[in-house]
Amino acid sequence: MERIPILKMGDYLLVTIQVDMHDRLALTLQDDLTERIARTQARGVLIDISSLEIVDSFIGRMLGNIAAMSRVLDAETVVVGMRPAVAITLVELGLSLPGVRTALNVEKGMSLLQGARAEQENVNGRGER
Amino acid sequence: MKPKEEKSRIPDMIARRESDLLADWTREQLAATTLRSDLMRESELREQSRQFLNLMIRAASQQLSLNDINAPAWEETREFLSSISRSRAHQGFTPSEIATFVLSLKQPLFTMMRQELEGDPRKLADEMWVATTLLDKLGLFTTEEYQKGREEVIRRQQQELLELSTPVVVLWEGVLALPLIGTLDSARTQVVMESLLQKIVETGAGIAIIDITGVPTVDTLVAQHLLKTVSAARLMGADCIISGIRPQIAQTIVHLGVNLTDVITKSSLADAFAVALRRAKLVITRSENHG
Amino acid sequence: MAVVKDETMSIKSSEDVVRVRQVAREYATAQGLSLVDQTKIVTAASELARNTLDHGGGGTVRLEAINSEARRGLRLTFEDHGPGIPDIELALKDGYTTGGGLGLGLSGAKRLSNEFEIFSRVGQGTRVMITRWK
Repeated sequence: MERIPILKMGDYLLVTIQVDMHDRLALTLQDDLTERIARTQARGVLIDISSLEIVDSFIGRMLGNIAAMSRVLDAETVVVGMRPAVAITLVELGLSLPGVRTALNVEKGMSLLQGARAEQENVNGRGER
Repeated sequence: MKPKEEKSRIPDMIARRESDLLADWTREQLAATTLRSDLMRESELREQSRQFLNLMIRAASQQLSLNDINAPAWEETREFLSSISRSRAHQGFTPSEIATFVLSLKQPLFTMMRQELEGDPRKLADEMWVATTLLDKLGLFTTEEYQKGREEVIRRQQQELLELSTPVVVLWEGVLALPLIGTLDSARTQVVMESLLQKIVETGAGIAIIDITGVPTVDTLVAQHLLKTVSAARLMGADCIISGIRPQIAQTIVHLGVNLTDVITKSSLADAFAVALRRAKLVITRSENHG
Repeated sequence: MAVVKDETMSIKSSEDVVRVRQVAREYATAQGLSLVDQTKIVTAASELARNTLDHGGGGTVRLEAINSEARRGLRLTFEDHGPGIPDIELALKDGYTTGGGLGLGLSGAKRLSNEFEIFSRVGQGTRVMITRWK
């Protein structure tokens, strides 16, 4: 069965969505990611949607779900690379993707994730999770 | 008693005397002062005239009265005139020159009708009236089509202008500024906002300052577009600051009930820039050197 | 007004929803819609196709490229013979959900289109028509 590949980069997971996903594939990704975060105890997830020409309410909700579930598992999620036409359409659609942090590209997304982690560790006052 | 409406004999007359009429009409057009031999070859003129006469005969013979050129019978003729009008407009003819194509048919037509209806002055008068009103309508139609063609050109040029004038400025690394000037209308705002978002992607800027100091008034639609742009930028991972909101605009926004609580606003571009630098974790220091 | 190209697609699986997106994109490009307008109509099509599948039990979509005197556009008509929508007005209210997310899709599709029409009868089915002009 087809799956979206999930790469491990140190303590972080990277997902690059390059195909026009049908709903089942999106749900599989959601499940796979959740399972992977738990198993690897990843600190963060970077989802690259720079190839997506369409993000509709289903995919939007999927992103929101991933962000929520990873937070429960003590990981941050950042979505990067949203295209202007997609952003304009999502706004028009009324989807604000609450709880989903965004960045322009993978590089900025990673520094956001690392920064978020560092901040959290400062707040916690210790280096452990 | 109202006389029974007779079918006009014009289509028959034209059909019978077609080649003579065509020759006369073409001669008339070639002799006119409005002839643009620089723009159109004689052979092309002849061909267009021939086609028009043909279409006229076909359309006119389908109807009892010839006074409604919007009837289905005249559709082909209208399409023909429409395409001639647009192509001649494209070639550089003026609307009068284009209308003359149709109107110049009057003289040769009347001459022919006088010959055909010599013995029946009353009929001649009636038919001449029918012919002149018909050709006037068709002539006016070409002018309307010319107008439509021009409007299309203007609209296209406006769109191109909008797309070209994208005044997005890179203030500093990662900081963009969009100084808007003049009255904003919905269309222009949309285009400008789309280009801002595009520039954000291209430059990788994390912050965009939209300065509306130079905008005298803002209506609901424009305010909504601005807010939508801020939301879209945020979804992409960039922040927007709106600066230069003058007291009058602030009042309008409040009156319109537009919700700005989620948006950072600063009254001046300079203040906005300071905020942008802070967020980008940039600091400007004065150098100690003297000269 | 003339329909210069049209076709009907069946929506029976989630792969079909993807296919509808692709074909709608082709039509939108052919009609010369701007990138943003293309994205809007294709996203609307995705929402409605999914509704047809998830709530309508499957159905069809008719795509039409239309040319009128002044402009060109794309019209999509989604039809199903599902349970129908008992209260359309409620369904169109933003954020309304039957627990399956029907609301956002419908109202969202309406916002993304220039023209929007919906007919629905309980027990018979639903038809939604959206149009986007260049």
